Amino acid sequence: MIDILRQIAVVLGALAFLGVCWWAFSPKRKKRFEEDARLPFEDEELSEKSAENASKKQEKGQDKK
Amino acid sequence: MTTAVAKTGPVPDYDYKIVRQFTIMSVVWGIFGMGMGVLIAAQLAWPQLNDIWQPFSHFGRLRPLHTNAVIFAFGGSVLFATSYYVVQRTCQTRLWGGWLIPFTFWGWQVVIIAAAITLPMGYTSTKEYAELEWPIDILIALIWIAYALVFFGTIAQRRTSHIYVANWFFGAYIITIAALHIVNNLEIPIYPFKSYSIFSGTKDAMIQWWYGHNAVGFFLTAAFLGIMYYFVPKQANRPIYSYQLSIVHFWALISIYVWAGGHHLHYSALPDWTQSLAMVMSIILLAPSWGGMINGIMTLSGAWHKLRTDPTLRFLVVSLSFYGMSTFEGPMMSIKTVNALSHNTDWTIGHVHSGALGWVAMISIGALYHLVPVLWKRKEMYSVKLINAHFWLATVGTVLYIAAMWVNGITQGLMWRAFNADGTLTYSFVESVIASHPGYVVRLIGGGFFLLGMLLMAYNVFRTVTEKENEAHNDNTVRSVQPA
Repeated sequence: MIDILRQIAVVLGALAFLGVCWWAFSPKRKKRFEEDARLPFEDEELSEKSAENASKKQEKGQDKK
Repeated sequence: MTTAVAKTGPVPDYDYKIVRQFTIMSVVWGIFGMGMGVLIAAQLAWPQLNDIWQPFSHFGRLRPLHTNAVIFAFGGSVLFATSYYVVQRTCQTRLWGGWLIPFTFWGWQVVIIAAAITLPMGYTSTKEYAELEWPIDILIALIWIAYALVFFGTIAQRRTSHIYVANWFFGAYIITIAALHIVNNLEIPIYPFKSYSIFSGTKDAMIQWWYGHNAVGFFLTAAFLGIMYYFVPKQANRPIYSYQLSIVHFWALISIYVWAGGHHLHYSALPDWTQSLAMVMSIILLAPSWGGMINGIMTLSGAWHKLRTDPTLRFLVVSLSFYGMSTFEGPMMSIKTVNALSHNTDWTIGHVHSGALGWVAMISIGALYHLVPVLWKRKEMYSVKLINAHFWLATVGTVLYIAAMWVNGITQGLMWRAFNADGTLTYSFVESVIASHPGYVVRLIGGGFFLLGMLLMAYNVFRTVTEKENEAHNDNTVRSVQPA
C-alpha cells in the first residue's frame, strides 16, 4: 500500500513540476511576464525615472540585434 | 489580461523609518557577529585566548553566539530591512501593521541582546542554530508572527495586481521559518532557562537537521534570493533576465530544499534509506540553485561594463558566483562517499563560509550600499572608493578563509582514515590538529580582512547618513527633481 502511495506521489510531483514549467513558459503569458518583470521600476520617484527611460532605450536597441 | 501596475497617482508615502532602523542595526550586528567570529578563530589558532574571562569567554560558549549573531542578528536585520523595503515598493503601498512594525524591530533587538547575555552564561538548548532557551524562543515566535502579519498585510493592501517574485521568496521564507522554529523548539521547560526537547534520539536529530538545513534553505537562501530578484535588477537598471525562469526557480527550490536535511546525519543512526533520500534530493537541488544563479548573473548580459565602475553591483554579482560555487559544493559533499572524507572536518566549515561570507554577506552588503543613499535621500554613498576597498577586502578575505578550510578539511579527512597494514590508525587525532594549525592562522587572517571591510562600511555609512553637504560631490543630497 505504502509503495503505491509513493508511486502516486512521484507521478503527482512530476506533473506539478511540468505544470509549473508549462504555465511559466507558455507563449501566451510571455508578454504578461515581461511586464511583471518591470515591476521594480514602476514606482520610481521622479529623480530615478530619467535613468530608467535611458535603460529602456538601451534595451530596445538590443532587441533588434 | 490585467496590467501589473497601477499607473495613476503619486508614489505612496513609504514607511522608511523601520527600514532605516534595521539597516543601521545590520551594520552594527554585522561587525559584532563577525568580530566574534574573528575572536573564536583566534582561539582555535591560540587556545590560550579561551582564558580571557573564563568560563564566559570559552569557545564552546562564544561559538553559538557567533553563529546566532551573524545569522539572526546581522542576516535577520538585513532581511527585515530589505523585505520591508521591497514589499512596499513592489506593492506600491505603505507598510501595513501599525504598532506591529516597531514591535518587530524592538523585539528583535531584545532577542539579540538576550542571546548575547544567555549564551556566554551557558544557557543553551544544545540544538545547533536553535540554542536559545525557551523564554527567548517564545519571544521570537511572537515577533515572527507579527512579521508575517505586517508582510502579508502589506501584500493584501497592494495597488498592483501581480505579486513580484521577490515577495514570493520573502513570503516562503517567513512562513517556513515560522514552522521550523516552532516545531524544532517544542520543549518542556524545567527552569526559567532550561528545557528539554519533546523529541528524543534519532527523531530529535532528524527534526533538528530538518530545521537546520532549512534555516540554510529558507533563511539564508530563499530570503536572500528575494534580495537578488529586487536589488540586482535595480542596481543594474535592467529587468531580471527571465521572469519565467524565476517562477520555475521558486517552486522547484522550495519544494526540493525541505528534503535535503538528512545529509547532515550521514553515517549516523539515521536509517540508511533516509540518508540516501537526502543525498538524492541534495543532488537534485543543484538544478534550481543554478537556475536562480544564472538568472541573476545573466541579468547583466549586455551590460557587463557596469561591473568595472560600480562596486555595489560587483558585490551583488560576485555574491552570485559564490552562491553558484557553494551550491555545487554542497550537493557534492552530500554524496555519501565524498561525505565519508569531508564529514566532521574543516571542509564543512569552509563550505558554510563560502555560502555565509561569499553569498549571504556579500549580497547583503551590496543591497545595503544600494539602500543607504535611497533611504537618506543621497545621490550616492559618501565614498565609492571605500566601497571598492570593501569589495576587495571581502573577496580576498573569503577566498583566504575557504581555501584554508579546504586544505585543512582534506588533510584531516585523509589523516583520520589512514590505516597501517596491521589495521591500527596511522595518525593520532592530535597530529591532525597540529597539521591544521597553519590553516587556522590563514583563516583568522581571512576573517580579519572581512571584518576590516565591515568597519570601512560602518564609516562610509556613518558619513553618508550624517553629511549635510559634501563638497567633493557638490552636495550629495537629493532635493527634488534631478536632471538626467
